[in-house]
Amino acid sequence: MAPIIHVENLTKIYRMGDVEVHALRKVSADVEPGEFVAIMGASGSGKSTFMNILGCLDTPTSGQYHLDGKDVSTLSRDELAAIRNRKMGFIFQQFNLLTRTTALENVELPMMYNNTSNREREEKALEALRIVGLADRAHHYSNQLSGGQQQRVAIARALVNNPSIILADEPTGNLDSRTSVEVMEILQRLNQDKGITIVMVTHEKDIAQFTQRNVFFRDGKILFDREVEDRLDAQQVLATIPETLEEELLENGKETK
Amino acid sequence: MNLLFTMKTAFMALLRNRLRSGLTMLGIIIGISSVIVMISVGQGAKASIENQIKSMGTNMLMVMSGSMKSMGQRQAAGSSQTMTPEDVEAILKECPAVLNATPNVSSSGSLVYGNANWTSSLLGVSPDYFIIRDWQTSSGTVFTESDVNGANKVCVLGTEVVANLFPNEDPIGKMIRIKGIPFKVVGVMVSKGQAAMGPNQDDTVIIPYTTLMKRILNQTNISGIMVSAVSQDQISDAKEQITELLRARHRIKKGGEDDFFIGSQTDMTNKATSIANVMTLLLGSVASISLIVGGIGIMNIMLVSVRERTREIGIRMALGARSRDILLQFMVEAFVLSLIGGLVGIILGVSGAMLISKIAKWSTYISFISIVLSIGFSSAIGIFFGFYPARMAAQLNPIEALRFE
Repeated sequence: MAPIIHVENLTKIYRMGDVEVHALRKVSADVEPGEFVAIMGASGSGKSTFMNILGCLDTPTSGQYHLDGKDVSTLSRDELAAIRNRKMGFIFQQFNLLTRTTALENVELPMMYNNTSNREREEKALEALRIVGLADRAHHYSNQLSGGQQQRVAIARALVNNPSIILADEPTGNLDSRTSVEVMEILQRLNQDKGITIVMVTHEKDIAQFTQRNVFFRDGKILFDREVEDRLDAQQVLATIPETLEEELLENGKETK
Repeated sequence: MNLLFTMKTAFMALLRNRLRSGLTMLGIIIGISSVIVMISVGQGAKASIENQIKSMGTNMLMVMSGSMKSMGQRQAAGSSQTMTPEDVEAILKECPAVLNATPNVSSSGSLVYGNANWTSSLLGVSPDYFIIRDWQTSSGTVFTESDVNGANKVCVLGTEVVANLFPNEDPIGKMIRIKGIPFKVVGVMVSKGQAAMGPNQDDTVIIPYTTLMKRILNQTNISGIMVSAVSQDQISDAKEQITELLRARHRIKKGGEDDFFIGSQTDMTNKATSIANVMTLLLGSVASISLIVGGIGIMNIMLVSVRERTREIGIRMALGARSRDILLQFMVEAFVLSLIGGLVGIILGVSGAMLISKIAKWSTYISFISIVLSIGFSSAIGIFFGFYPARMAAQLNPIEALRFE
């Protein structure tokens, strides 16, 4: 199968006054359809720039980016916006939901920009919320939801347009360990059931263990790119984590007895 | 993105900051309502001036005796004594553009009835006068052509004279003394009120011109002729025909100066309305300044709003909003602000104008055009002052906008 993401000699140079910053130095990589990839690296390693280019939010200084067989490295702003809308879903560390807007409206937002009819929009948004288990919170305002729930609304928003790729920028960075695993469970499910390709940036090694492949960046280059050996299954991990802190304390109490 | 949804988004965004949106609108509200009030006051003044001039009669021309040259010295206007009642007859006979004409002789004199006395102006005319000025009696009748021919001692009174001489009586049929001569009151005129830039038209006694000339003033010339043209567009024809006729009758040589001059009501109307127009323009432009200040208020708030919502703009862009979607969103917001402000301003302005005409008794005139114009103007302000902030939002870099705290 042809790779869904194919980048070749991707270079990005920022100008900061007189100084040139090489954020990416001739990066080449492929991502196959249905892959679940973690991008890792220290800050300043170029992984954010790489993600921005993959997400069609930025264009490379030189090099090529083929998305689904199509060269997108030279498209205009509006053409990139259309590709983001149709092919991509974004998940951010800060959730980035619109405040004082209901969960349903947040999930409907991407469809506002592609002429989906009102009824279809609502149906699709409710379906997406059902997938992340938040159908009963559809009419809650986003700021009334917990962090984990907000991130699940964001995932629903990312998958509502049936994207071929979901790009997640540290999706668990602001969550506690149990909700992090819950989010990973949803992502694994989307990856396996719907075959959505997921590229995720993370700092945490144990979170990267839930993916199939880890790509490590340093100084604008790929340092290593390897398959994950003993991949974790989020559902199994969830079963071992107590639901609440009280339970956890109780468990510990039993052991000490 | 469809327009309906954009409108909804804009409303939601404005509702989220109710106080701020309200205060921003206030600028436009004050601007629009003051423009409407000012223009309606100006237009009202213009309409009332026009009405007053019209109340002097329709299609009217005044022929007044001009200045006389005596030993090379030009005398005051009206000093020439060449105009006679025969001139009036000739005008009626020979000028096809003239419908009615009356000699005009004026004077003033003391009036006595019983113990009451009053001094008022005396006007000597023919019955045509009442037709030209479209002036009816409220009781009794006006005098007739035969009263004129017989120089009868009959008079018609204005309401002001009646109020002074007959406070509790019906004046019809009573005898009053004008400069000592007894006159019979045959009619009372309808009140016309203060003339535009002139005397109180109700404080007058109207008698046949022959009576005034022969029995009171003892003179043969008249001071002027009041003429009505057949129609509005024949006023200038009438003017020409009268000029030609009078020059011939007064034997004025070619190149010689007229011994009379003709003033028309349209001249007066034009002057008065041009003054009123200047006033309206002045009031309107002062009020427009507040409208522009209101517009700058919108721009200010939109700039703040764009900055505050930078992250929202970034999110929308990441989710597929094109530059023009963002541009439209913020333009519509500014447009909605100014449109609602404009509508409220119109309501306030119209009721303000009504209040002014009720309390201050000024006549105001609210024209449909001024309302349409102010809606257009306030929307234009929204678009004009909303464009810069909206373009700023549309040109944001999505990556930087997403990172904005």
